[in-house]
Amino acid sequence: MGIRHRMNRREFLGAGAAAAAGLAFPLPAFAQAAARVVVVGGGFGGASCARALKQIDPKLQVTLVEPNRTFVACPFSNNVIAGLRSIEEQQFGYDKIAASGVTVVAQAATAIDGAARTVGLADGTRLSYDRLVLAPGIDLRFDALQGYDEAAAAKMPHAWKAGEQTVLLHKQLEAMDDGGLVVIAAPANPYRCPPGPYERACLIAHYLKTKKPRSKLLILDAKDTFSKQRLFQNAWKELYPGMIEWISLSQGGKVNAVDAATNTLITDFGNHTAKVANVIPPQRAGRIAGLAGAADNTGWCAIDPVTFESKSAPNIHVIGDACIAGGMPKSAFSANSQAKNCASAVATLLAGGTPGTPKLINTCYSLAAPGYGISVAGVYAPKNGLLADVEGAGGVSPADVPREFRAREAEYADAWFKTITAEVFG
Amino acid sequence: MTALRFALGVAAILASTVPGFAASPAPPGAASCSGCHSIGASATSPISRLYGRDAGEIMTAMMGFRDGSIPSTVMNRIAKGFSDDELRAIAAWLAAQK
Repeated sequence: MGIRHRMNRREFLGAGAAAAAGLAFPLPAFAQAAARVVVVGGGFGGASCARALKQIDPKLQVTLVEPNRTFVACPFSNNVIAGLRSIEEQQFGYDKIAASGVTVVAQAATAIDGAARTVGLADGTRLSYDRLVLAPGIDLRFDALQGYDEAAAAKMPHAWKAGEQTVLLHKQLEAMDDGGLVVIAAPANPYRCPPGPYERACLIAHYLKTKKPRSKLLILDAKDTFSKQRLFQNAWKELYPGMIEWISLSQGGKVNAVDAATNTLITDFGNHTAKVANVIPPQRAGRIAGLAGAADNTGWCAIDPVTFESKSAPNIHVIGDACIAGGMPKSAFSANSQAKNCASAVATLLAGGTPGTPKLINTCYSLAAPGYGISVAGVYAPKNGLLADVEGAGGVSPADVPREFRAREAEYADAWFKTITAEVFG
Repeated sequence: MTALRFALGVAAILASTVPGFAASPAPPGAASCSGCHSIGASATSPISRLYGRDAGEIMTAMMGFRDGSIPSTVMNRIAKGFSDDELRAIAAWLAAQK
């Protein structure tokens, strides 16, 4: 913090733009150099955090490192798969974030030097930081299921990072003849978006029921229980009778290997050959977290529940899907909630203060069909070094309620997406 | 009594403000609200905007959600995670936002 930071060309240009926009910029003669925070990853976690940092303390020099110029949101991408929504409605840019005073660098972060406090970028430049926030999301583990590598994913899409893969899965469903078998392979915990595979099953079933009613959907699961299970299973019976079959871990549902040439999923109990196969493989924190020394042998990042600082890499904070946040699921809402609390803690630490004990919220909606929403919510506070569920709070939507209640939750789901994307990218 | 405790809550928030920060830091829980409740003044949403709302109104709603006297879909599950003091601090902070 005491060492003056030499600006590279991009930062200098960014500073000029900020000054031109009428934003306060500290003059070296009068002010100590502003503290520098680099945020890696421009998803719901990183983009929220960069923006919140600037909002909490406009003097901070905040740089957001994200190679993609367009963000493609995962929430509601199951609607795209089911033909209920266009992929364009999932896309967001970084212009407003840049206009808010955050320096947006469209480069991949390729190296972290924790001792020198620098982030190396793909183009060879380095960014210095006082504190670093990593929000790299997930990497799909292409070493976990035998035969499931990136080439296989082009045939058996995961569609677990929204974009081309989402569109590919939609196109495969469109191309499938009526009467075909669709198989979803769901991973063991933890993974991004715990209710996601089951919402996907619902919305694909909705598509099949509407367009290809003789088709079937099979879920091969590496778990015996899953998020919002009773609500989903009730919805399957009510909305898609006889169409969805779920094979749990103990019934032999765990996929160990795939054969992409024949679209076959292989379990200990037998082989399933699909017309359309959606393989959601195990995951880990985005690669840069490992390079920073912030990921442990589970592949995820242990964090302090008050500051989100890595338990293994000092001055490096990890938020969103990449971190192990105790009871908090890996959701966009969680990432956004963590981002704002992390930003507050980082700003307080940089100002020499002690961050207060936070409380966080998650709310996560799923659609069982258009106009049929269900939710899970939770409130979390630090306890025994983790973010633990506050007892007595949270839980899932009630089981026995009129359809009007489901319709309202679907409406709220839609409103949530509009609000959170406006807060983060708008 | 309620008014006094409310005033003390506000004083506690002001006291915790770190000098040099543009805005008072959000009390525990408050930063999460804007995940669903829009902060933009122009936005139309079926989910109510909370910034600048009367603190007493927010408090009454949260207490009602918590004890079930006001029906809700998800707010009952969230309100149960907060004490009276925490809710008061959140309500005061939301009311003070523009």
